[in-house]
Amino acid sequence: MQYIEENYDVVVVGAGHAGCEAALACARLGLETIIFTVSVDSIALMPCNPNIGGSSKGHLVREIDALGGQMGINIDKTFIQSKMLNKSKGPAVHSLRAQADKANYSMEMRRTLQSTDHLTIRQAEVSELLTEDAAQNSVRRVTGVKTVTGAVYHSKAVVLCTGTYLQARCLTGESVTYTGPNGLMAATHLSESLKQNGVELFRFKTGTPARIDGRTIDYSRMEEQKGDARVVPFSFTTDPESVQIEQVSCWLTYTNERTHEIIRNNLDRSPIYAGIIEGTGPRYCPSIEDKVVKFADKDRHQIFIEPEGIHTTEMYVGGMSSSMPEDVQQEMYRTLPGLEHAKIVRNAYAIEYDCINPNQLYATLEFKKIKGLFSGGQFNGSSGYEEAACQGLIAGINAAMQILGREPLILDRSEAYIGVLIDDLVTKENHEPYRMMTSRAEYRLLLRQDNADLRLTKKGYEIGLISKERYEWVCQKERLIEQEVARVSRVHIGASREVQELLEQYGSIPLKTGVTLAELIRRPELDYEKLAPIDKERPQLACDVIEQVNIFIKYEGYLSRQQKQVENFKKLEKKRIPEDFDYDEVPSLRIEARQKLKLYRPASIGQASRISGVSPADVSVLLIYMDSMRKHRDGVSKKDEI
Amino acid sequence: MEQDTIAAISTAIANGGIGMIRISGKDAVSVADRVLRLHGGKTLSDMKSHTIHYGHVYDEDEIIDEVMVTLMRGPKSYTREDVIEINCHGGVYVLKKILELVISRGARLAEPGEFTKRAFLNGRIDLSQAESVMEMIQAKNEYALRSSVRQLSGRLSDEIRNIRSELLHETAYIESALDDPEHISLDGYTVPFKEKLEHIRERLQHLLSTSENGRILKEGISTVIVGKPNAGKSSLLNTLLNEERAIVTNIAGTTRDVLEEQLNLNGILLRVTDTAGIRETKNPVEQIGVEKARESMKDADLILYVVDTSTELDENDMEIMKLLDQTPALILLNKSDLAPKVTAQEMEHQLHAFCGSETSFRMISVSAKEGSGMDELEAAVREMFLSCEVKGEDEMYVTNVRHKAALSDALSSVLLVLKSMEDGMPEDVYTIDLMNAYRSLGLILGEEVEEDLVNEIFQSFCMGK
Repeated sequence: MQYIEENYDVVVVGAGHAGCEAALACARLGLETIIFTVSVDSIALMPCNPNIGGSSKGHLVREIDALGGQMGINIDKTFIQSKMLNKSKGPAVHSLRAQADKANYSMEMRRTLQSTDHLTIRQAEVSELLTEDAAQNSVRRVTGVKTVTGAVYHSKAVVLCTGTYLQARCLTGESVTYTGPNGLMAATHLSESLKQNGVELFRFKTGTPARIDGRTIDYSRMEEQKGDARVVPFSFTTDPESVQIEQVSCWLTYTNERTHEIIRNNLDRSPIYAGIIEGTGPRYCPSIEDKVVKFADKDRHQIFIEPEGIHTTEMYVGGMSSSMPEDVQQEMYRTLPGLEHAKIVRNAYAIEYDCINPNQLYATLEFKKIKGLFSGGQFNGSSGYEEAACQGLIAGINAAMQILGREPLILDRSEAYIGVLIDDLVTKENHEPYRMMTSRAEYRLLLRQDNADLRLTKKGYEIGLISKERYEWVCQKERLIEQEVARVSRVHIGASREVQELLEQYGSIPLKTGVTLAELIRRPELDYEKLAPIDKERPQLACDVIEQVNIFIKYEGYLSRQQKQVENFKKLEKKRIPEDFDYDEVPSLRIEARQKLKLYRPASIGQASRISGVSPADVSVLLIYMDSMRKHRDGVSKKDEI
Repeated sequence: MEQDTIAAISTAIANGGIGMIRISGKDAVSVADRVLRLHGGKTLSDMKSHTIHYGHVYDEDEIIDEVMVTLMRGPKSYTREDVIEINCHGGVYVLKKILELVISRGARLAEPGEFTKRAFLNGRIDLSQAESVMEMIQAKNEYALRSSVRQLSGRLSDEIRNIRSELLHETAYIESALDDPEHISLDGYTVPFKEKLEHIRERLQHLLSTSENGRILKEGISTVIVGKPNAGKSSLLNTLLNEERAIVTNIAGTTRDVLEEQLNLNGILLRVTDTAGIRETKNPVEQIGVEKARESMKDADLILYVVDTSTELDENDMEIMKLLDQTPALILLNKSDLAPKVTAQEMEHQLHAFCGSETSFRMISVSAKEGSGMDELEAAVREMFLSCEVKGEDEMYVTNVRHKAALSDALSSVLLVLKSMEDGMPEDVYTIDLMNAYRSLGLILGEEVEEDLVNEIFQSFCMGK
């Protein structure tokens, strides 16, 4: 039985971290939006680690915030511990990570959705994607979705954010359940409908450790890990004073030879080693089985015991995800100092699910072959809450832009980690759940978490997700930074007694001649703030402005080198390849390059050059061909004029 | 068009003729001024377009050659950019030396076909020629890639591979610590890292200083002819020496067993050593000769292995093949005028058995007696050591210069890392330059970077949740 329920502008399938951002973006832009979830109680669920941020992921959260997304604001309201990682390293790799109160985070996001106009929340399993023939060559157009109960929702765009729910299967040793994460219902019908629409699916796998009852843990045998004394918020809109809360601790313990022995003795019962799991798992969060086998020479592994929230006594065992049978789990967790009498609340498990080969997407996150169909999150073959959220945001924005008849938002590799992430997904071969890493961002000195607002607020404003007031505030900040950088590069400091004494105080070599203030700031042992006493005309500036000035001066040489590389990079990015470009018409392309180019359909020459199998000579050939086409066209139109 | 400045040797190398280096791009004039001293003390930037000037090329204070320089400012030039052409007295060594100098003063070595590409993109070449331009670029690139890789000796490529994998490993270590600071720590890392990096710097500098480049062209290619007795070694040498084009000088060898001859093979100098058969022997007098032969094989730039195809392979051949894995070698299937007992296929099979299936040798059928196959031999030598585009439509380049440029790029990147360490910069800025060094060395081997770093991180370091 099927019936027409209602018409919407946008349908979002899934209310995880990607789905929520997508739905919020569309609704905030005034589009009638409906978000589907298999369980309204599980909106923005964190089924794995209880934290948001971390190396490079913290950057993503800041970027989401600068574009007008929600994740940063909500974690600032619900975190229970926070740390800036890599503080002893350069500013480019400083990364904020907060422990979340999972229940509060989920509740907060539900509250956000509920208080957003134009947004409908619906608990239902979407079972079918509805499409029709588009007039264009072999491209289809999305018309809506159908739920398993027969309701049809027509829409102009659909955003798929199905996470790990499609055909999900959870494994704990020999025990297999056909459920999604955390025992939730799996979505069993949509995969088939996607295949019928020509979507190519992969099978990926991930896993999570056990949760242990904190009341059964002996913390005296572990090392305490406290949060930072001064907490920095994620969101640029959060008042820094509001996040100076009392924090809870995490705890550090270690595996030992006995743990490893138990694992080795039971490897034949591990679904991965027994060959029951077909999906490809991520290398960066290996199960403890994998760690013991692959790094056999390590006699211990670090294990972090992290609270899941303040309403629960459950503790997350970071570093020990597993798909071992329950009895082996019991035994192995109890070998850890402090966990001798531990009781498991929830088992560790591995989960397998359907996702897509993301090379089917444009960088807008729209399907190349189904107009109006967008997707984000783990469904796109990524992993992690933050990776999901930022894709959801971009997919939502671009669905909205398409409906509104406006230009899509594509961030390039020199503008944001989000740009790197999406470009990697749609351009490179992806064989495992994709995780963001700072090493993937080649211009990372420029893409810092501290300047995400300076990089992206303008774009958020142009899209309509950032208020005018906030945008002007960032413009003002930019001006102040510029002026102060100019000032410290100009101001001369003489070798006065006061100056020499200050230098001596920081173990810095005394001056022989006068230097600029900037030159002193650049010395490793000094910085902008330390020089305050000898800088008489210093204006009163906010600390985020000071931070930028300090970084700019200290790393000037490196920053300008990267800036130069970016200029070269941009040149090729600007050379757009038309969507209907026919690679078969280009003579002299090598066969491999031709095949890859036809498959990926890059949007620019720059993107083409990053596809493996496309050589620099192929790129030259493309350039020349496109140029000759242009000249040909110009020639023809000139003739027409005559 | 805003583009960098490129340079290449633009004439085929001819014996003793005039050679030309072409520079194109917005800095062409200033780059040229950095290596030139014109007659009358003026600089090219003072000069009018489309003029010719007499002067000298200098490397610091050392005079390199007497030259005529043509100045053509864009857009009235081949590429429509500023173009400088330096005409010198030729000689492969001088040409390369000037090209290297130009590169070290701010130009970049042109990609194969790049002058033509620019000429096209800047509107100099007609639309109807676009297709042939594309074909030319693919062809030149493939050729450059093939000859570039073939030109590396096993030792050199092994060393570059080693340095690369060390660079990758160090980078991966730093990156894994940045990505997962709670599991992997960089505490106390900089001291051993600095040592390792200094070592890598030394090795790169060594590679650069001994790069075969200059030496081979200046002093000639030290060549050893090996083969069992009566394989035709001496007649091959005589044939080469009797070729009309060969300029012959005789220098008595250091011993009676090893005789060195110099011959000029159309511009390339070969220093040829003829050796006794290599067979293990107990006769003490003969043994000295055999030892010498082995020594010279080890030190040689090129081995010419003469195979007598009219008789079966014997233990001499086996001994020789054992020694063939390191030095570039050409296999000469001699006595092609007689009925063959040994075929090229069989030789290949044998060589793979001795040297591993990944090494490939170029085989040439010759008849030393009748003088056939000598042209092919000459072309092969030329290709191995110079890789010149002999067709020379618009440019000609020497692949070795490409190797050297990549090596010195890698070295500058390593030096930048050392400088960053000295300046107290944090570890995350090192890896950017480390990866640049890795990438430069990859160019020599024709390898792309792609996912190497991420793979190495996961392979070598235990990460995460």
